[in-house]
Amino acid sequence: MEILNALVALSNFVLIPAIAYGSQLALGALGVTLIYGILRFSNFAHGDTMAFGAMITVLVTWWMQSHGIHLGPLPTALLALPFGILGCMALVLVTDRAVYRFYREQKAKPVILVIVSMGVMFIMNGLVRFIIGPNDQNFADGTRFLISARDFKKMTGLDEGLAIKTTQALTVVVAVICVALLFWFLNRTRTGKSMRAYSDNEDLALLSGINPERVVMYTWLIVAALATTAGVLYGLDKSFKPFVYFQLLLPIFASAIVGGLGSPLGAIAGGFVIAFSEVTVTYAWKKVLGYLAPEGMSPDGLLQLLSTDYKFAVSFVILLIVLLFKPTGLFKGKAV
Amino acid sequence: MKKLLTATAASALMASAAFAGGHAKEVKIGVILGFTGPIESLTPSMADGAELAMKEVTDSGLLLDGATVTSVRADSTCVDAAAATAAAERLVTSDKVDGIMGADCSGVTGAILSNVAVPNGVVMISPSATSPALSTAEDNGLFFRTAPSDARQGVVMTEVLMEEGIKEVALTYTNNDYGKGLADSFQAAFEAAGGTVTISAAHEDGKADYSAEVGALAAAGGDRLVVAGYVDQGGSGIVRSAIDSGAFDTFHFPDGMIGAKLEENFGDEIEGSSGQHPGTDSPGVAKFSEMVGGAFDSTSPFTPESYDAAALIMLAMQAANSKDSSDYKGKIMDVANAPGEKIYPGELAKALQIIKDGGEVDYVGATAVELIGPGESAGNYRQITIEGGKITTAKYR
Repeated sequence: MEILNALVALSNFVLIPAIAYGSQLALGALGVTLIYGILRFSNFAHGDTMAFGAMITVLVTWWMQSHGIHLGPLPTALLALPFGILGCMALVLVTDRAVYRFYREQKAKPVILVIVSMGVMFIMNGLVRFIIGPNDQNFADGTRFLISARDFKKMTGLDEGLAIKTTQALTVVVAVICVALLFWFLNRTRTGKSMRAYSDNEDLALLSGINPERVVMYTWLIVAALATTAGVLYGLDKSFKPFVYFQLLLPIFASAIVGGLGSPLGAIAGGFVIAFSEVTVTYAWKKVLGYLAPEGMSPDGLLQLLSTDYKFAVSFVILLIVLLFKPTGLFKGKAV
Repeated sequence: MKKLLTATAASALMASAAFAGGHAKEVKIGVILGFTGPIESLTPSMADGAELAMKEVTDSGLLLDGATVTSVRADSTCVDAAAATAAAERLVTSDKVDGIMGADCSGVTGAILSNVAVPNGVVMISPSATSPALSTAEDNGLFFRTAPSDARQGVVMTEVLMEEGIKEVALTYTNNDYGKGLADSFQAAFEAAGGTVTISAAHEDGKADYSAEVGALAAAGGDRLVVAGYVDQGGSGIVRSAIDSGAFDTFHFPDGMIGAKLEENFGDEIEGSSGQHPGTDSPGVAKFSEMVGGAFDSTSPFTPESYDAAALIMLAMQAANSKDSSDYKGKIMDVANAPGEKIYPGELAKALQIIKDGGEVDYVGATAVELIGPGESAGNYRQITIEGGKITTAKYR
């Protein structure tokens, strides 16, 4: 019984939140890594691309809600997601035409493209705030909990509750589906293979007759889909606030770099490494060990390794260590 | 003819005597506020509030047998201690003010107090400096304030929680001066009252994910979670995550968390939570705004406090029958607190008359002034509870 309590407390406050957050980071990092692998620059506008896609989804969700369109226990936002993805695709294609193509034709250095992407970031940032405003927006509906802490306690008779939010379960499921689709696309389809070829060696790919503009276009389309999905899942799970997506950029980049820039598998692993390190290293083990320790020996202190103030420091220390000892990241990406 | 001459001479003599008396009794009060700088939008109505009290007293003609009160404005800049000190120096040495209504921001107030007011022995009443550090500043009994110290809210919070029988709380605060100061003062007060703060953890505003913070707070445990943050920032994120994971059911909210957004975000999910923010049900507020009419914005922050600060200086002068700081500094606490006739805004003439006749006054003013400890406002707080998903007033304290 005590062991079960300890396990439930650990899952409720560490495992489940970290898995959900890790999935959101992984989806975001996949987008960053694809851009880096194929277009060869770090796209700082990625956080705001997520915000833009999520914003379109929020607007469509509102419209659907006002017309009484619902998805039962699931959030209506899932129904609106395809529209958000289309809107986001349009935005990134227009951005690519108007901005990035010019620099690509000039064969500009990656560092110039990075700065350009920062400019794009500020414009998208402003655009989102201009359209939907800088405040929190609520668009979640449907059943909030798969199982709530109170019900769990009643059902099992344990002292500890376990809460699983619909959005958390949804995040993991959708993330798995997205990743499976992406890997199938990259490994099995002709376009996917040409993208990988272009990423591995641009000149050889051009010689074998791959159309670079097509590869770039497909990359942007996939990135837009991933970014919108990640943004919407994140917004459903927490809340939609434009500024927070900008803040999300840092952990997303950390995930992509830890995993190895350019490696999709690495992006996923990196997302979970960063999420778990933020939550576990700063976790106070008092409660869990209190259940595990023999009677009368439960700890008085918090047993917290580091105060939660340092959670960002933790993920960046991991980033530094990885870069020092394995500059290409855990999964052999490209050197930064 | 002879009679007429005598009469004229006599009346002229009397007039000149009266004039001389009046002239000797001209009272000057310095109004030193940040007319330029970060709070320049607030200070004009604060100064107007103080000068309204001075005009009221002058018109009554009762202060120190018909003294006129004039205001001398100076700029504290709110942030530049050197400029504020120079401005105050000018007020004291060249304008020869008899008291200072000001300064506004805590930093410059401390600078003026130690560099000008204490060396020259001039009384200073600040309407808006709230730093707890000023409570223990070296002031020779010269410094007062009509705004409560931030430390006071920690004490009020402790009283609210203790009355509800809460002995153990977890505490999280937004990582800035406001959050940290409030958290520290609350923790000190709560522990002094016999309570336990299981954990005091900071949270950053506007961050992506708060599960690490909530995990630590939940592991530490407690009967209630105290959230010293902002409702439109990270505070709401923490509360949301704590409710969702079942870590805490009820919360306690200080002023930064209380707003319409709190009802909107959580409604009955936080049923039974408590909180407090500055507020009063004293009739003084309504009387003050009625008296001001549309002359300036009477609801602007610290404007009623400014009126009260100026009024206190003049009432104390009357009580001491002197405009000398060293004489009247001891009378300020007397006129501000009970016992005595309660005085509301617009009743300064009545108060001056009572004091002149040897009676006692209890100045309530626009902000229900009650000076405690080293001469600072006890502050008035509205205690709230969440009932039926709405913020409802439990009581005023």
